[in-house]
Amino acid sequence: MSLRVVAAIAAGKLAGTASRAFGRGGGTALPGVVAEKVEPRLVERLAAQLGHGSIIVTGTNGKTTTAHMLSSVAAKAGYPPLHNRSGSNLMRGVATALLDSAGLLGRLSQAERRLGVFEVDEATLPEAVRAIKPRVLIFTNLFRDQLDRYGEVDSIAARWRSTLEAAPESRIAVLNADDPSVAALRESARGPVIFYGVDDRSAALAGPEHAADSRWCAGCGSEYVYDTLFYGHVGHWRCPGCEKSRPQPDVSATSIRLEPGGDTTLSVATPQGKTALSLRLSGLYNAYNALAALAGGLALGFDVETVRAGIEAVDAAFGRQERFEIDGRRVQVFLGKNPAGLNQVLRTIAAVPGEKRLLLLLNDDIADGRDVSWIWDADFELLADGAASTIVSGHRAEDMALRLKYAGFPSDLPVVRGTDEALALALRETPPGEQLFVLPTYTAMLEVRGLLAKRGGAAPYWEAPS
Amino acid sequence: MNLSIRLAHLYPKLMNLYGDRGNIICLRHRCRARGIELTVDELDLGDRLDPQAYDLIFIGGGQDREQRRIVRDLIDVKGEAIRQAVEEGVAALAVCGGYQLFARYYRPAVGEDLPGLGIFDAHTEHPGEDVARCIGNVVADWDGGTLAGFENHGGRTYLGGGARPLATVRTGYGNNGVDKTEGAVYKNAYGTYLHGSLLPKNPRFADHVLRLALRRRYGEVELAPLDDALEEAAHAAAIRVATSR
Ligand SMILES: [Zn+2]
Repeated sequence: MSLRVVAAIAAGKLAGTASRAFGRGGGTALPGVVAEKVEPRLVERLAAQLGHGSIIVTGTNGKTTTAHMLSSVAAKAGYPPLHNRSGSNLMRGVATALLDSAGLLGRLSQAERRLGVFEVDEATLPEAVRAIKPRVLIFTNLFRDQLDRYGEVDSIAARWRSTLEAAPESRIAVLNADDPSVAALRESARGPVIFYGVDDRSAALAGPEHAADSRWCAGCGSEYVYDTLFYGHVGHWRCPGCEKSRPQPDVSATSIRLEPGGDTTLSVATPQGKTALSLRLSGLYNAYNALAALAGGLALGFDVETVRAGIEAVDAAFGRQERFEIDGRRVQVFLGKNPAGLNQVLRTIAAVPGEKRLLLLLNDDIADGRDVSWIWDADFELLADGAASTIVSGHRAEDMALRLKYAGFPSDLPVVRGTDEALALALRETPPGEQLFVLPTYTAMLEVRGLLAKRGGAAPYWEAPS
Repeated sequence: MNLSIRLAHLYPKLMNLYGDRGNIICLRHRCRARGIELTVDELDLGDRLDPQAYDLIFIGGGQDREQRRIVRDLIDVKGEAIRQAVEEGVAALAVCGGYQLFARYYRPAVGEDLPGLGIFDAHTEHPGEDVARCIGNVVADWDGGTLAGFENHGGRTYLGGGARPLATVRTGYGNNGVDKTEGAVYKNAYGTYLHGSLLPKNPRFADHVLRLALRRRYGEVELAPLDDALEEAAHAAAIRVATSR
């Protein structure tokens, strides 16, 4: 190991310890930032030691939960996962995860048995793939997300294409057949492709949503036609212009049962035969996450039974349907950070019977996107009738309150400064035994999750067992 | 008197990048609250526009790809009718990419100019992919007060002598980041870079647009005041955020 790697690790670990000691949170990115300053090729050097290579998950929505499932699959298969589990998915987050598992001399612990499971920001993908050289690359979906940060959807798609075009022929691409902009990546892939998708048409939407982005064929420009639309622009699509159409998935959900607010069960056809999955997560989007993880696990060479068991063992990833019990109230956190993802959350909550108690937190920090205009593309109207109590907070609480007013909520919703105060009020508005739904943006999720963990006694994410 | 407004929403699926439909939601709400009947016709590629039929024309922003998709249709199929309508006093609101297309032309960093409708005496130039985009919160002063919103555009727009700016930038870039102008006005047509969405948290400007839309058929109309406490709070919060960072 080079001296520079050793120095980088020492510097990074020191930064992490200092950050934690000063109460600056988990240090899920800072150690990586510091260490990469010392050795810019640190990720490449450390990732090369992973005996079973790596799998990368990218896409607009579903990265964290899918990676969480794959990490569990790796553990079930007997390969200790090295996973950026805190959702810190830029290069510095990947570097920090690797650092945490590296000894001071630059060796990863149990290196020969380990599998890297990394979720990677969609814009960071090219850089991450160059450094990590994954065996398998999963693309979940592509939607508009924080346009002030990522630029337009087309530029992300272009980066993905060039990443695949530069990949070795051994690299397996796992693609969502139902998202036309992801399925189109097949044309850029030089290695094997595995498609996953939903065949069960009973999960379809009644009508189109506003948060659809890939409506026009990338090849010929015609508007896609959908036999079945599941959400956004995800469904059974075909192009009337050039005859491109949704590929038949290799891993396909032949039936999905969505228990409102509860478990999700799927029958899945795979190249290794039929299997059934029972998830402790709700909503169609989590069925897609499970299919992505299943296809990814099979691509890694694991047998379907191991993959199934790994996925089923998973509870919510942090902030994604994560549950807390506070003074007899059930609290569930649903991260929502872009229109397509939030619409899935809103549908999932709307399907739960009975009146809803809601806490919505809208921030506009850099990690959330400074531009809050996206809330006007999300269908808050879905919850307007069923809300018994709604509290609004976050740096841009007034924008959220206004959006909700125009969605049919009362115009005098409490706008509360301070996440702590807002959470306290929302809990007071929730009778014991009832459920509180918390819908934060990314930075608000970190904050509210920390508060809930403190009140409910769950471990903060940086102390979660790995 | 039963008032009604007929609105032509141009390319609602193609030109809706930054929550632009929030503007339509807002207009619906403010009309309904006053008993004004608002009809929204969505005009897509191929649909003709009857210049006599509308009181208000709205177009939002789009990605480069979408702007290129609509530009021929905008000019060849609808252009003459839109120009005629605006000349006759029909109100129009064009946001971001739609604003650029309502001006004379768009000059990309590389490649050929994209022609526009020429309603605003203005043109847009993209300074190159290596030059930072104009991204951030904006506060600008217009005749009726302040405007608060968010901008995100690569092109810089420069006004000619035949267009006047909609507003003067206090915080942010506006048209080009240099001359402190934001947006453009020609007759009752308004162009702006502000989304956010613009109208919900700028209720005075929203009502201004509604009054212009009503003026052609009904003359000056007194709009009943609405409870805009939340709208004004969001307006104030947006200004606070824009000026505190
Ligand atoms: Zn086609």
